[in-house]
Amino acid sequence: MTSLRIFFVGGQMSYRALFHWMTPQIYVPSLLVAPIFQILLFAYIGRSAGLNSDKFYLVGNSLQYAAVPCLFAMSQLIGGERYQNTLSAILVSPARRIPLFFGRAIPVVANGAFVAAFSLTAGALILRVHIPFSAIPALALVILVAAFSCTGLGLINAALSLAVRENAVLTNVIFGFLLIFTGANVPLDALPGWMSTAAQGLPFTHAIKAARQLADGASFGSVAGIIGVELLVGLCYAAAGYALLRFMEVRSRRNASLERS
Amino acid sequence: MRRNLRLLRVAWMLNVKQLTRSSFDGILAILWPLFFATVAFFMFRAGGDPKALVYASLGAAVMGIWTATSVSAGSALQRERWFGTLELLVAAPAHFSLVLLPLAFATSAIGIYCMTTTLLWGRFVFGIDLHLVHPLLMAAAIPATILSIGALGFLMAVSFARYRTAWALGSMTEYPIWLICGFLVPLALLPGWVHPISWALAPTWGMRAIRESSTGGTPLPDVGMCVLLGSAYIAIGVFVTETVLRAARRSASLSLT
Repeated sequence: MTSLRIFFVGGQMSYRALFHWMTPQIYVPSLLVAPIFQILLFAYIGRSAGLNSDKFYLVGNSLQYAAVPCLFAMSQLIGGERYQNTLSAILVSPARRIPLFFGRAIPVVANGAFVAAFSLTAGALILRVHIPFSAIPALALVILVAAFSCTGLGLINAALSLAVRENAVLTNVIFGFLLIFTGANVPLDALPGWMSTAAQGLPFTHAIKAARQLADGASFGSVAGIIGVELLVGLCYAAAGYALLRFMEVRSRRNASLERS
Repeated sequence: MRRNLRLLRVAWMLNVKQLTRSSFDGILAILWPLFFATVAFFMFRAGGDPKALVYASLGAAVMGIWTATSVSAGSALQRERWFGTLELLVAAPAHFSLVLLPLAFATSAIGIYCMTTTLLWGRFVFGIDLHLVHPLLMAAAIPATILSIGALGFLMAVSFARYRTAWALGSMTEYPIWLICGFLVPLALLPGWVHPISWALAPTWGMRAIRESSTGGTPLPDVGMCVLLGSAYIAIGVFVTETVLRAARRSASLSLT
């Protein structure tokens, strides 16, 4: 019961506390306007290069931009607590770590999914891309799985925040790699072999592939396997992130570096 | 006059030193456009046109200058506010724009690193060969572009002076400027109503000047437009500084607390 309370109530409360600064003046330009311009930028580069349709870039970039809320928010999980001098108080508490950390990830997944869904909708309206109405429920599921998968990677990022001071730099670098590797803009077969192989283990790669097929009219059943792989990738990252977080926690206690800022 | 020039030089040096020691403003400003350049190189290479790759290489190089400027200049005043030095700088006998202008030029000067790195990245990783038809004119086009982008950053910095969330606004301008100034996409591809906006932006002319210098054209008129617009931004920026500071003093809202 306590774990459930920590998972749901604690997760929601900590999200509100850590993101009290996320006012509409920050949210709108950073998470609603910027992704639309990223979509437009790559759609026009695509037109210029004569490579793919607008739909290709719309789907790729709207999903990939969920990386911004997911990765940054998860790093804020550690960085924000440290900044507010509450990190050590949380880590000495007897609360079980799984509900403590994963409860905080739930609002992050929801926000990431919202940003991706908004970008997809607004981008489709601006570029006049037609997405079949019947594909929308399945696309919503793909977006949710993609946000979950990236939040799993974000958990690793959060763990690294216990060792890295300038986490904003690291987070931006991870975003950059996802932009190149996941096929959001460059078809995987146009990337060197080692890059397209590495992409198979990254969040978004399979979700973007599934979303593109759905947007082209494929049925949910035909992409269920791809969505399953994306979910599996997310679960692997979540497990690895949790293990790394525990390892870094122990290491930070041993080195007395929890409050290092 | 000499005193003002000395202030500009010393403040520029100080800000460049500060920026190069910040991993966010220094290292990330170089890495960030490199990711986008890499994606663009892959896209144009897949398109199969070698000329387009050269076009993208030059554009991606200039993208970095704007990246270095947009976030840093946009949030320049907010940074001084956090440091607790904004009031001191405003109260100093020197005109505030003489303090802010070298800061904006310092942010765009960091773009030289981005530009060099992106060109080397294109050359050694993607095999993009750049042949400069007018190297001397290129030597004029690059500083003109950097200075005019710095001037645009200055105008942005003073315009956002009374916004707490100036960094978000500065960051938001990154993609639109990349797009509408024709860094990677020819202006002809953009809707007609965007063209006048592009023409009013100095980076558009700077980009044209750099491309014309590289491929063989007449870059001097573009350099001229770039300098003209940059000067206009500075003049407008000085006027805006006066207006914003007067309003902030009247309402005692400079610190925004």
